[in-house]
Amino acid sequence: MAEAAVAREAQGLQWTKKDLLGLEDLSAEEIRLVLATAESFREISLRPIKKVPALRGKTVVNLFFEPSTRTRTSFELAAKRLSADMINITASASSLTKGETILDMVRNLEALKVDVLIIRHAAAGVPHTIARQTNASVINAGDGAHEHPTQALLDLLTIQRQKGRIEGLKVSIIGDIAHSRVARSDLWGLTKLGACVTLCGPPTLMPSHIEDLGARVTWDVAEAITDADVLMLLRIQHERQEAALVPSLREYRLRYGLDEARLRSAKPDVLVMHPGPINRGVELDSYVADGPNSVILDQVTNGVAVRMAALFLVSGPPKVEE
Amino acid sequence: MTTPAARVKAKLMDADAVRRAVVRIAHEIVERNKGVSNLALVGIRTRGAVLAKRLAREIEAIERQAVPVGALDITLYRDDLSRTTHQPVVQATDFTFDIAELRLILVDDVLFTGRSIRAALDALIDLGRPTLIQLAVLIDRGHRELPIRADYVGKNLPTGLAERVDVRLEETDGADEVVMIEEPSHG
Repeated sequence: MAEAAVAREAQGLQWTKKDLLGLEDLSAEEIRLVLATAESFREISLRPIKKVPALRGKTVVNLFFEPSTRTRTSFELAAKRLSADMINITASASSLTKGETILDMVRNLEALKVDVLIIRHAAAGVPHTIARQTNASVINAGDGAHEHPTQALLDLLTIQRQKGRIEGLKVSIIGDIAHSRVARSDLWGLTKLGACVTLCGPPTLMPSHIEDLGARVTWDVAEAITDADVLMLLRIQHERQEAALVPSLREYRLRYGLDEARLRSAKPDVLVMHPGPINRGVELDSYVADGPNSVILDQVTNGVAVRMAALFLVSGPPKVEE
Repeated sequence: MTTPAARVKAKLMDADAVRRAVVRIAHEIVERNKGVSNLALVGIRTRGAVLAKRLAREIEAIERQAVPVGALDITLYRDDLSRTTHQPVVQATDFTFDIAELRLILVDDVLFTGRSIRAALDALIDLGRPTLIQLAVLIDRGHRELPIRADYVGKNLPTGLAERVDVRLEETDGADEVVMIEEPSHG
């Protein structure tokens, strides 16, 4: 790891972006830089005093227009472990309810001299629009069904740590691909780093032409499981079920859920991953979620390191406009 | 970062000189601390960490007792993080031992302004409370900006501010040598 870092420094690989909006915009080298930086930050969370002064004096705002516990808490811990000051704004309790527009709110935050905005919104592209309108750095914490870059980066870090590599691995993503920003970001990241991605799910939850992004698509869950090195399960969202996209959760479980029997048909060292929150007994049985192949809690731990890396890199030296 | 216009002005130490300096410092450390009990070495990444490992090998050869070695990354403690245009690459701090109640020898390649050492001291103290910290450097080139001095020095080198001293080591650069580099139009 250290040797690799030295080699990178020799090449002078630098983070040059003001924002982290998605994995589609990142090169393989930039993704590797984030992963290497995150790898170094993991150690800080294992110390008795989990704090370094790197972002002392910086102000970071969590601006969440959609509910979230995991991602918001993870970003908050990441900022605090780097000594940044952290503010949480929940849209439902903000002046947005009085009719203020998002951009006005962002301009006000800018006037309050914040350095980094972490934004989650139900509509795709909102973080991108805000990023163009502000000098503060913007990190996308999930925009609609578009991208969730830090989730994909923590998935990549988890795979790399467990398997020692990403290139050449077979990764199957199973579930509601159509509504999943995690699936899209993972697809970009995994293919850029040389993994073979298979997408699997009910046809009603599979976007058309997704093959154009470089993935293999199958409806047959047995085929997706057989030779995979990594199985990523996605949450079936109850609200979608009301829209009659799946006949019932029970039927989904029978056709696509990862249970003990299906796990037995997988490689013995397969990694089982899930971005959370899990619907136990729907996409994932407890036997699998709590079993030896599951790295779901490692994902959570790695999430803090990845978000520390993201905060550190975007709030680095002043960026030169290209 | 070697810019194309920078040129090597003089070779200050060759491989033998580096080796002799390391051996001498190892002896001085053992003598000053009356042995190696409760002693540990901490190198500042990248080249200080390499030198710390070499010192540990020499000390073990002298005292027939292994001393723990850690590597410290000071990037997150630098006082110029928001000022440099070149963002440093963060590497992991790597300790397999608890530094509390230890006599720590902090090791770096070049002592210059003292700011790296200030950052390293802060980083160490966040990790625990050592009994004492001593500083060993291969090169002291002067121009201190903080009240910091080295306990063990391989070679004192008077330098100009426009010059740069590069320590190159087998493990990181392929060969052992210390060279002076003239920076093109400093300041």
